[in-house]
Amino acid sequence: MSNEHSVSPQAAEALLPPVDVVEDAAGITLFADLPGVSRERLGVHIEGDTLTIEGGISLPAPEGLETTHAEVGLAVYRRVFTLSKELDPERVAAEFNQGVLKLRIPKVEHAQPRRIAVQVA
Amino acid sequence: MFYRSLFPRDVLAELERFQRGMQQSGDVSPSIRGTGRGGYPAMNVGSTAQSVEIYAFAPGLDPASLDVQLDKGVLTIAGERASVLPPKEAPATVHIDERFHGRFRRVVTLPDDVDPNAVSARYTDGVLHVSVQRRAAAQPRRINVV
Repeated sequence: MSNEHSVSPQAAEALLPPVDVVEDAAGITLFADLPGVSRERLGVHIEGDTLTIEGGISLPAPEGLETTHAEVGLAVYRRVFTLSKELDPERVAAEFNQGVLKLRIPKVEHAQPRRIAVQVA
Repeated sequence: MFYRSLFPRDVLAELERFQRGMQQSGDVSPSIRGTGRGGYPAMNVGSTAQSVEIYAFAPGLDPASLDVQLDKGVLTIAGERASVLPPKEAPATVHIDERFHGRFRRVVTLPDDVDPNAVSARYTDGVLHVSVQRRAAAQPRRINVV
């Protein structure tokens, strides 16, 4: 899943993919729309507390294609998130299906909520 | 779809409306079907001498649920995308909610010379690619001068 240097360098202009981020007791689930990106051109990296999602768009185009109307004007997506320390980067699970990336980032064991029993003296 | 904000102090909504206004005024001839930009799915359209190629960036759909129709030179792409957000009563918090969900429909007017019988549509990596051939008679031909 994570093949570095597959997409363009950091500084280049990129599209910001829309995301949904949902948190529950056990972790965070992130969905990102990356239409036009194949599995081979998707990159998900975690470095320190920084999560980077990037992908390159490749479309089948016949020879001599002249674009007359473009709403997707760049061929690269990139979005960066800062993770908080209760999340466990070692156990991230990723699924990628028809341009939708689903990332599940669990919380570290000790950060999961525990019910604290109140003793009555 | 382009209503005025219910809450006039909602700065973001006002900003969006302003941005739309700017886009509209910048367009030389806005389409009768609305601003065309910023909807779901986003679309790119291009052409070659032989065909017109339409790319609809519609990730996360079941291709069987996509409704693609070509009628009198007008291509319509419609469908529905389910929400992934948890139901209200679920013990979960939605931090970011940007992805489109619900029903959608987008319409593209094609050039007059397309052949409605030579259309192909493929859905790959979340992009619907519709290719419509142009009629042979309309293709440019080099005329020899004797």
